[in-house]
Amino acid sequence: MMMDATGSHQAEAPDEATEAARPAKQAPRRPAAPPAPRPLFPFSALVGQEEMLRALLLVAVDPGIGGVLVQGDRGTGKSTAVRALAALLPPMRVVVGCRFGCDPATSGGFCEDCRARRVRTATTVPIPVVDLPLGATEDRVAGALDIERALVDGVRAFEPGLLARAHRGFLYIDEVNLLEDHLVDLLLDVAASGENVVEREGISLRHPARFVLVGSGNPEEGELRPQLLDRFGLSVEVRTPMDLATRIEVVRRRDSFEREPAAFAARWRRPQSRLRAQIGAARKRLPRIVTPDSALEMAARLCMALGTDGLRGELTLIRAARALVAFEGGREVTVAELRAVAIASLCHRLRRNPLDEAGSAARVQRAITEVLGP
Amino acid sequence: MTAGGDATRMAAQPADDASLAVALLAVDPVGLGGAVLRAAPCAIRDHWLAAFRGAMPVGTAWRRMPPDTPDSRVLGGLDLGATLAAGRPLAERGILAEADDGIVVLPMAERLACVMAARLAAVLDTQEVVVERDGLARRWPARICIIALDEGIDAEEMPPAQLLDRIAFMIGLDDLPRGAVVISPGPEIIAAARKTLARVVIQPELLHALCATALALGIASPRAVLLALRAMCAAVALAGRTMAREEDAMIAARLVLAPRATRLPEATPEEAPPETDPAEAMESESHPAAEQPRDEDLADIVTAAARAAMPPALLARLAAAQQAATRAGAAGRAGAVRRDGKRGRALGARAGRLHDGARLALIETLRAAAPWQAMRRRRDPRGDRPVLIRAEDIRLRRYEERSGTTAIFAVDASGSTALHRMAEAKGAVEMLLAECYARRDRVALIAFRRDSATVLLPPTQALARARRCLAALPGGGATPLAAALEAASCLAEAERRQGRLPLLILMTDGRANVARDGQTGRVAGEADALAMAPLLRAAGLPILLVDTAPRPQPFTRALADAMGGRHVPLPQADAAAMSAVIGAAARAA
Repeated sequence: MMMDATGSHQAEAPDEATEAARPAKQAPRRPAAPPAPRPLFPFSALVGQEEMLRALLLVAVDPGIGGVLVQGDRGTGKSTAVRALAALLPPMRVVVGCRFGCDPATSGGFCEDCRARRVRTATTVPIPVVDLPLGATEDRVAGALDIERALVDGVRAFEPGLLARAHRGFLYIDEVNLLEDHLVDLLLDVAASGENVVEREGISLRHPARFVLVGSGNPEEGELRPQLLDRFGLSVEVRTPMDLATRIEVVRRRDSFEREPAAFAARWRRPQSRLRAQIGAARKRLPRIVTPDSALEMAARLCMALGTDGLRGELTLIRAARALVAFEGGREVTVAELRAVAIASLCHRLRRNPLDEAGSAARVQRAITEVLGP
Repeated sequence: MTAGGDATRMAAQPADDASLAVALLAVDPVGLGGAVLRAAPCAIRDHWLAAFRGAMPVGTAWRRMPPDTPDSRVLGGLDLGATLAAGRPLAERGILAEADDGIVVLPMAERLACVMAARLAAVLDTQEVVVERDGLARRWPARICIIALDEGIDAEEMPPAQLLDRIAFMIGLDDLPRGAVVISPGPEIIAAARKTLARVVIQPELLHALCATALALGIASPRAVLLALRAMCAAVALAGRTMAREEDAMIAARLVLAPRATRLPEATPEEAPPETDPAEAMESESHPAAEQPRDEDLADIVTAAARAAMPPALLARLAAAQQAATRAGAAGRAGAVRRDGKRGRALGARAGRLHDGARLALIETLRAAAPWQAMRRRRDPRGDRPVLIRAEDIRLRRYEERSGTTAIFAVDASGSTALHRMAEAKGAVEMLLAECYARRDRVALIAFRRDSATVLLPPTQALARARRCLAALPGGGATPLAAALEAASCLAEAERRQGRLPLLILMTDGRANVARDGQTGRVAGEADALAMAPLLRAAGLPILLVDTAPRPQPFTRALADAMGGRHVPLPQADAAAMSAVIGAAARAA
């Protein structure tokens, strides 16, 4: 029996068309994301929902903020917005042939394959935005025995799953509150450690899996577990726009996109590239953003006033404010940015009163007024 | 209406709307998403389906998907037979991918689980099936049209909301007269309309009218307007035109918007959009939304058309339906949770021996056996078997045996209680709700006052809604205790059928003075309440009667005994004390 879990493989896209005619001997596949057949709605063409769009842009600027949860009404474009974000992300550098998309510049945390590599050549790929489809099984999420290689070659090889594909990118879960409990457990575990440990079917392997978790859902279809809630850096609530002009515009753009997706995308090409450039510039500027002590103190006082547990809220608040400064082209974090991101950073971290519905956002708003002034 | 006006001519009668839906759906099945047929199984429903099938091109895929179809069949996955035969993994399409460019019929759609509805919603949104199952990653096109057969009897029984949000038509076939006929236009008309569809032009004022109508009817989701727009385009194409007219907008409003109304439009429907958020208005790019008088008139006409199409009982039904749509929590709906150990949510597989009643996890077994094949074959070179499976490879399915609790609160909102301690009762229920949240129980709320008991909140895990219901609970009127007991026992039975453990908390001062037939009177009221009690005792659920009267009455104690429940008089109780008592009883239950 040959152990092949640590061998180095060239990435190879699965060949759908010739599935039946696949030769018996074949190099193992990297689970490359199958191409999306339909063009995506341009992010810059989304109407309204500024809170949600800003939260998504902030994690695009600084993935370290730690994910976004979007909850709210049906038909508000939650999943459209998240999927549209993919088109705005800058490319990233990866080690050639790495199944897990390791960063060639990382100081540590290479996968086993890359540690064994003597020469690590780098290449550029798009930042992955991986959709976790409903009904996905655990073996495909975490990765498991490559059943094809096992059956065909009698080789015990690891086939990376969605977590490997999402490494250094985004993992999007639509209807996150309908996600099965055992998958939630798995995600919590991996998100906490930044590493996916696979111990199944005689395979023992670990690989880095750091990703930005983006979830969306309708809270009326089920509550989210508090542990999972806490995993999201920012949480925003979306409401159906109720003014006529906005609603007409939403329907008009959606309709013209669905009729002629390519033409629509072409019309929005310039705003899209402007936004992409703005994100790229913000990413470059981010390390140089100054966070004065006064801002740190404000953030601490805000969190103390709200009694948020732990430091995560404070850190997220600061990071989100820095990302906003970078995005808007500023140099220094001020009260204005803290104020702008406070609700999204903190409202899901309050000592939870499950019965308080709109209450948490209102509580944050009150604390903002008290601490930061009206 | 001139050339090709077949469709629009048949607009006045309900049967004709049903026919019109057939025609429009045949013109743009994917864009419209499908139709919900609300009716018991009956001839007219079969007739509608046959008419629709006849209107679709010959050879259109037509698949049935019962509500309990497993994921492997719906989405697809590893084709085990072919895999075993070929000795390498082969994928198998599920129903949704098979129905690409065709129809998926959902019988008993009111029983569809929330999680399955979410899968369908994802496919309707993206028009493809993405499968990450059984070690396979596949993406198949799935441009589908869903015909949901809603056989719900109560207003609450209806398909999940996220599915309804993406399906254009909702047709109540029960409302049709006997012997109504569904006519579909000939295939050549449909084919011509399909060709025209891409060239249809919608004037901005018609779009404006649809949006205004949706607002006037209290329809929140923008998807409804988008579907109405699609219906309007299909109507234009069906009439053989490329330019939309007022009557097309009226068809769309009648067929798509009217069934979704959550409120009646204002009597004088002044088109009054709420204050425009300046920020949002700036976002929306320069656009001819200038309120011209013509637009408003048009909006009024379209709204009136939608209003005329609303059946009389619709509003009541929809109000209940909205509650029902959100009732099914993460655990799914009717029949989703059973506890016989061979059903329920699969928890994965474990190694074990095959015994009577155990269910083989075939794929897991295959996975376990797979790595050893080459080695085993070397040792055992009889080449006639494609896969060599040993006893140690056997994996068995494990199922979750979940017995969630549903706490049913029956709260006396009559004048006598309201006077004394409505606030305490509300406070106690709120604290209990918080405890239920911690245990992830479901809660339901029945309020009784005047002449009836109402299920204010069907069993739900969405506690925020429970709180909202409770806060809005009005007080005053007589005490229909018997009706409350009847409602509670129905609800408890329904929960038990779904494999949950019901728990009844009845809060009343026991001053029953309304009989089941609605007659008022202390004697009849108490007698009827006592008569209902054995029913609850037979149901065998834990019952707690919280006596909120200032001075406990003998009747209340007798009632608790007759129900086999505990009687807790709380003459001086505050919310915290009540919560402590009830919490203890619930834990003991």
